[in-house]
Amino acid sequence: MTLTTPTTAPRLTSRTPAPTRRRRRGRNTAWVLFFLAPSAIPLLLFTATPMGASLWVSLHKWNLLSPMEFIGLDNYTKLLTDPTTRSIFGHTLGYIAGYLPLVYVGGLALALALNQAFKGRSFFRAAYFLPVVTSWVVVALVWQWLLNPTNGLVNTVLGAVGLPQPGWWTDPQWAMPSIILASAWKDLGFVMVILLAGLQAIPGELLEAARVDGASAWQRFRHITLPLLSPSTFFVVVISLINGFQVFDQVYVMTGGGPAGASQVVVGQIYDLTFRYGRAGEASALSWLLFIVILGVTALQIRGQRKWVTHA
Amino acid sequence: MPDTTTTAPRPTSREHLAPAGTRPRRITARRLALYVGVTLGAAIMLFPFLWTVITSITPDGTLASGPTLIVEDPTLDAYARLLEAMPMWRIVANSFGIAIASTLLQLVTGSMAAYAFGRLTFRGKNVVFALYLATLMIPLQVLVVPLFIQMTKMQLNDTYFALIAPSIASAFGIFLLKQAVEGVPRELDEAATIDGAGHLRIFGRIILPLIRPAMATLAVLAFMASWNSFLWPLVVIRSTELMTLPLGLATLQGQFTTEWNVVMAGSVVSIVPIAIVYLLAQRHIIAGMAHTGIK
Repeated sequence: MTLTTPTTAPRLTSRTPAPTRRRRRGRNTAWVLFFLAPSAIPLLLFTATPMGASLWVSLHKWNLLSPMEFIGLDNYTKLLTDPTTRSIFGHTLGYIAGYLPLVYVGGLALALALNQAFKGRSFFRAAYFLPVVTSWVVVALVWQWLLNPTNGLVNTVLGAVGLPQPGWWTDPQWAMPSIILASAWKDLGFVMVILLAGLQAIPGELLEAARVDGASAWQRFRHITLPLLSPSTFFVVVISLINGFQVFDQVYVMTGGGPAGASQVVVGQIYDLTFRYGRAGEASALSWLLFIVILGVTALQIRGQRKWVTHA
Repeated sequence: MPDTTTTAPRPTSREHLAPAGTRPRRITARRLALYVGVTLGAAIMLFPFLWTVITSITPDGTLASGPTLIVEDPTLDAYARLLEAMPMWRIVANSFGIAIASTLLQLVTGSMAAYAFGRLTFRGKNVVFALYLATLMIPLQVLVVPLFIQMTKMQLNDTYFALIAPSIASAFGIFLLKQAVEGVPRELDEAATIDGAGHLRIFGRIILPLIRPAMATLAVLAFMASWNSFLWPLVVIRSTELMTLPLGLATLQGQFTTEWNVVMAGSVVSIVPIAIVYLLAQRHIIAGMAHTGIK
């Protein structure tokens, strides 16, 4: 399938005795090309080139059809003053703010439970992990059905016990919470596995010593487990934020950004601007804004980690 | 759960220090709470899957009258309608084909690049490696619009190649495998060189077999990423025959907005293959995902 049959591939039969230095260097270059070309060419063609093109497009007014019109930084200034930009970043942050605590606390509870020895532990671990391997589109569809306002299972149960039945993804107020619920359900197993690996790296003697010294279960958790788990926590937070800013699949399927834009997120807007409204330049500029925000947030976290991440 | 521990009988210090095997087994309140907790968790995580299956075998009419746990007259009608509306077998095969192809390509391109960065010496190696890593930071969203335009210009839109193109090589995979290559003792290469082995022989006979665990991790991550990929196929694929499962399902939802049994039948069809793969390779998959967390 590779398009890249390197013409410079070294001849395997040429085993000349005592080659000169220059020839040896030439042969080394040929080997470097042989080993690097299969990855360098696709990365150049399908990552580096579009990246440059994206910057170029972001400086133009373009609907994908008519000729491009150079407008400098106008797309960026327009985005920075447009209230829609604030609202889509707000929705994205709202998603992260709901999703992260839910998935972390839930994942930690499961990890703590599975860190004890008991019968059937591997069954439970496998069960919790099953949603992780299920695709986002399936998860979104299943939850759209579970949270169906009229005859979905959740509202049927809520109605039976006399609780109010929200409109879930059809209600502007409840659209984002519905997406958060589905997303947390899918990712819980992933967070659990990461935290479980972190828990298992904590030396048992430390907890044992604290127990002998009379520390309560809560004290041991608070002062030993949590601090020593902080590298794993840090990883979960960094990854969740990066993925959170890029949330799209489940939003597209569950609400399409609606109702009335109530759950529109940044990537959804990039998609709509390009393929629905024919504003490719603005979409490219927005994608760069998103990239800068992600880079900035990640850099801040890496700087801030010294304050709270303990390295054992 | 501090309050449950107080109700449990406290072990005397001697009991406590005794080896675990000799300790009498007792079902304590704490243990009970643990089992109730993990079972409740499993119910929450597994029930939606069961519900998907139940809905898919429900005859059309009952959905409007509300959900029932036990289907009185189960039918495979929804599956028949699904197959009528969509070439599901083709779509499942596409998903597998694309995932397998991009996984294999990433393993080949990744291990070769990892060998170059881990074993060969050449000028500007660090710069080239830094450039590789830089591509890791670019989110797909930044690339989607220009990639789409590029594919249109190359007349590759709506082809299998377009689906695979952005995942032929992954900087993340190269990084992962380079770490593994550097973990292989250099004495092994040196011994082989003295025996007259060239780069190809060292790469194929020494390095590749020894970095197999990292290759397995990369394979798991690449396969999952391709299997679940949605945004790129959504942008680049139009024909139903070229669709992968996530795209096919999203299209199905557009066609059968209120017929949940058909949509859920489609969901079942897309869960079953990956669930089988998962059950067979469960240990590798979980270890592979956890691996990304330990750095």
